[in-house]
Amino acid sequence: MRPLDPRLLRYARSTRGFIGIAVVLGVLTALIVIAQARLLADVIVRVSSEGAGWSDVRDTVLLLAAAFVARALIAWLSEIAAVRASARAKQQLRSATLEHVLALGPTGPGATDPGGTAALVTRGIDALDGYYARYLPQLVLAVIVPVAVLLTVLGQDVLSTVIIAVTLPLIPIFMALIGMYTKSQVDRQWKTLGVLSGHFLDLVSGLPTLKAFGRAKSQVEAIRAIGDRYRSTTMGVLRVSFLSSLALEFLATISVALVAVSVGLRLAEGQIVYGVALFVLILAPEAYLPLRLVGQHFHAAAEGLGAADRMFTILETPVPAGGSTVLPSGPVTVHVEDLTVAYPGRATPALAGVTFTAAPGTVTAIVGGSGGGKSTLLSAVLGFLTPTDGILGASAGEETCDISDLEMAAWRRRIAWVPQRAHLPSRSLSERPTIADAVGLSAGGIAADEVWVALDEAGVGDEIRALPDGLDTALAADGSGLSIGQLQRLSLARALLADADVVLLDEPTAALDPATESAVVAAITRLAERGRTVIVVAHRPSLLEAATQLVRVEAPESADPGADSKETPPIGHQIQRVGW
Amino acid sequence: MSDVTVQDRQHPVRALWEAMSSQRRELGIAGVLGAIASLSAVALLGVSGWLIATAATMPPVLTLTVAAVMVRTLAISRAAFRYLERLVGHDAAFRGLVQLRERVYTRLEQLAPTGLRAFARGDLLARLVADVDSALDLPLRIVLPWAQAVLVSLATAAFLLWLLPPVGAAIALLCLVALALVPWLISRTARTAEARMAPARAELSAAVVRALDATPEITAFGATAPVAERVEELDTGLTRLNVRESVALGLGGGIGTIVQGLGVVGAIVLTVPAVIDGRLEGVWLAVAALLPLALFDVLATLPSSALAYQRVRGSAVRLAEVEEAPLPVAEPAKPVAIPEHFTGLTLTDVSARWAPGTDALQGIDLSVEPGSRVAVVGPSGAGKSTLAAVLLGFLPYDGSVTVSGVEVRSTDGDDLRRHVGLLSQQAHIFDTTIADNIRIGKPDATDGDLDAAVRGAQLAPWVARLPRGLATPVGAFGLAVSGGERQRIALARLLLARRSMVVLDEPTEHLDGPTADALTETMAQAFEHSTVLMITHRLLGIEEYDRIVVIDRGHITMQGTHAELMERGGWYAEQWTLESERQDMARLLPTLPIGRAVST
Repeated sequence: MRPLDPRLLRYARSTRGFIGIAVVLGVLTALIVIAQARLLADVIVRVSSEGAGWSDVRDTVLLLAAAFVARALIAWLSEIAAVRASARAKQQLRSATLEHVLALGPTGPGATDPGGTAALVTRGIDALDGYYARYLPQLVLAVIVPVAVLLTVLGQDVLSTVIIAVTLPLIPIFMALIGMYTKSQVDRQWKTLGVLSGHFLDLVSGLPTLKAFGRAKSQVEAIRAIGDRYRSTTMGVLRVSFLSSLALEFLATISVALVAVSVGLRLAEGQIVYGVALFVLILAPEAYLPLRLVGQHFHAAAEGLGAADRMFTILETPVPAGGSTVLPSGPVTVHVEDLTVAYPGRATPALAGVTFTAAPGTVTAIVGGSGGGKSTLLSAVLGFLTPTDGILGASAGEETCDISDLEMAAWRRRIAWVPQRAHLPSRSLSERPTIADAVGLSAGGIAADEVWVALDEAGVGDEIRALPDGLDTALAADGSGLSIGQLQRLSLARALLADADVVLLDEPTAALDPATESAVVAAITRLAERGRTVIVVAHRPSLLEAATQLVRVEAPESADPGADSKETPPIGHQIQRVGW
Repeated sequence: MSDVTVQDRQHPVRALWEAMSSQRRELGIAGVLGAIASLSAVALLGVSGWLIATAATMPPVLTLTVAAVMVRTLAISRAAFRYLERLVGHDAAFRGLVQLRERVYTRLEQLAPTGLRAFARGDLLARLVADVDSALDLPLRIVLPWAQAVLVSLATAAFLLWLLPPVGAAIALLCLVALALVPWLISRTARTAEARMAPARAELSAAVVRALDATPEITAFGATAPVAERVEELDTGLTRLNVRESVALGLGGGIGTIVQGLGVVGAIVLTVPAVIDGRLEGVWLAVAALLPLALFDVLATLPSSALAYQRVRGSAVRLAEVEEAPLPVAEPAKPVAIPEHFTGLTLTDVSARWAPGTDALQGIDLSVEPGSRVAVVGPSGAGKSTLAAVLLGFLPYDGSVTVSGVEVRSTDGDDLRRHVGLLSQQAHIFDTTIADNIRIGKPDATDGDLDAAVRGAQLAPWVARLPRGLATPVGAFGLAVSGGERQRIALARLLLARRSMVVLDEPTEHLDGPTADALTETMAQAFEHSTVLMITHRLLGIEEYDRIVVIDRGHITMQGTHAELMERGGWYAEQWTLESERQDMARLLPTLPIGRAVST
């Protein structure tokens, strides 16, 4: 781990200001630490060996009290700055990440694992609090305070300076050495840990299955065995990291002890003054304290940076440039020729060797086995995926163009899409969008009568009319309240409202009974009659009735089915455990 | 309803501590080791101060030797005991964690699957698992630091009390402040601030989840800009609140230093007169002033303990919810064993419900004779899955359900499920090899049995294509398997288990047409001579069944053979005709060329 990730400065700009504040506060802290030691030593020496009275030291004691107050104030200010910097950094990262996820689209990193990404940008990123509040200010102090203390001691006692100057650099050197020596071992063990903690979640998620086979109770043994392995593995990791903190603490305390004994013995022989000896004794631990604390906060920092790092991975994925061509208005024809499409990072294409032309006024039905690439084809037409081979083009009027050369926002405005499982979000992301909000996603405000026409055409109008709140009925986030079939038809109504030249439907009747299915099939036929270009993924035969042409797609044979197995554990497994 | 009354309910954090502090002795040892380490740190500065103060009086060097040795020893003991404390404490805490896991798992097992529905949404289950892990903070970051702080405070205050009673008393009082008042204040401030931020946080979090879940739609419908703006707006609101609360949240940073200052200055103010009066030798002033300095450095960790407490409390509350969730099915104290010889399943006047008030099933009479195949069909929401839950002993019922003549509610649930097997809509695939996933059906199965099950589920061709065959890891960390393969693995698992009777609960629900048809075909072959209760809304493929039962809105509306039902007309006949007409078209599919358009 780099102590300060430069990307943090780039994406979370509030970090720069915070480092500035931390440096200023660090310098002030160093000055007060030195003043405090001086004042404390002064009071003790004057009273106990110079026979000073209370009135002689009263001012010094008051100054000492003031020093404590000042140090407390600085600590408070530093915490306030840390909370603010952290809050701002989190917002900057979160906003940048979300914006980028949306810009990258559904096949980009982040969007393919929405649950994990959501957990990362909400709970996960809170780990940065530890980084800002503990680690970063301590890191600054660890640079400033020891140097200041060392310079001060140099002015007082050369031998103590030598002891501190020799041992102080040993601490980071020693830590780095131990770290390097054990890195691979520790890495391996962290990996095992991830797998082990994933196993517990796996067993808990699979409980219904285990219970159906009467195997749930006996898994307690497995839980215990996994738990014990988890413990011994963790202890293996910890023994190493404790060993490095042992070395660190040992060096720090033994150096203080050496300084104490050395000044004490020299004091007894009159080689040094009492005041200097006491001053050095009080000051010496302050040189080591910030370094020790940096070590202590290392893990909090690593966790925060780990979360930030996963965001950087998303942020550093370039948004595909896209083209600038805008098709002239009018009916659109989609050309597909020997098309091959692969998901990013996958060796095997999800779709290969498909050829057809979808003309205005026709319904193209895409059929085939599961995992055959039917939905992939729609994603490619939507520009979510770029063809790896072959031609995927669109033409309108006289102009013909590859879809990847089109200006995407404009192209998508020409398309209406009914996904397999619609979420029906509203533009305001409200928790319970009304039916009117949800079907008007592309448009913002639309007239109620237009909405009713679309709902009727989608075969769901009468059912909505029967609801007490009609168009103002709120949809719950998980779509509860309405059946999956009703949601599907609402999604169809949304597509109808979008009034697009190309309509893509992905299994639009999957959850419908045959009678309602017929209504939807009729709506699809009407779309074609109006001159729209309709491409529909059909997994039930009924939709084929509306089709003017059928295209069968099947998954290309994978040379090595294991090649695409996921190697990294899902993000959800590593989410920090701070409550949100 | 929960039978735990408010009075009986333990404080959630205490309950969590009870659940994971099995290693009391080890934790106690860790506490003492840690206290020795902390005390060494305090004493190191005290003895050093004495050493230097005494040295200033220019005594014979020999007088200082003992102190010099002590200083070096304390330095070593501080580091060494801290190391030992960490080893012992972490080991004990992890042992406690293992026990807590077992306990939570056992509880979840009792709740599963019916009682888990409340926890299985979204990432709640994952969060619960994370809550279990975060319970580690309770011994390590809260109880142990606090216990050590108490011990060190007692020892230091006692010494100062002996040295100069007013100083001892003052320091004891300040210790009380640092041990109790400061952590209380910090934790209260954090809680209040958090409570003020919680609504904004929840709103942002929900908006983020909605935006990410719907990213494809938002992108496709060109709503990216308004959506991003909305998230930004919510985020700004939360950040503004957070900035406003920073003044309170930062309190922990300064308050410890104030207490430390009070201790040091107070000790000086009280000791100086004693030294001037000659009641106390001058050398002790250094000790009296330096001990509080070191002591309150040790106590400075308590504010962060207080914050850790806030976090653990959240986890503890969520875990307590699991502990207190009502058990869906009470297992009998003295279960009746189900005879090995299967004589059939009978339901008489059975009603069941998921929530009080609305019956999902009502007055069901049904019997399944050994070796017969019965299908229960009906539109979604008719109560078909409720029936499966009752048959597997997952849901309580009124009326009578007997398996081989034994009433289901008087049996042990696992015994019941040794006779009645289930293939559900979405069986879980565990993070292990395909073979181990299948062996869940019968852990001691021979390789021969396993191969037979794989063949029965018609998985063999797929497995043969995998480089490591049955030893290929699947699940979250392994090979991604398609829905069809997933259900076939589950089918092999059920075949291996060889149950007297199997309940097939819409096993093709999440599969597309051709894949569903193929699985239906495989199941028909695999269960040809078994006792089968098939629950489905697909009517094709069950024509040969001995009896078809149609249910709608919780009631049986019709039953008979396929021929009888077709003759009587109504829902079944209409649906079957619709489906079969379209089925004929689907049969065309395999005859179509791949990747080329064919006009209709």
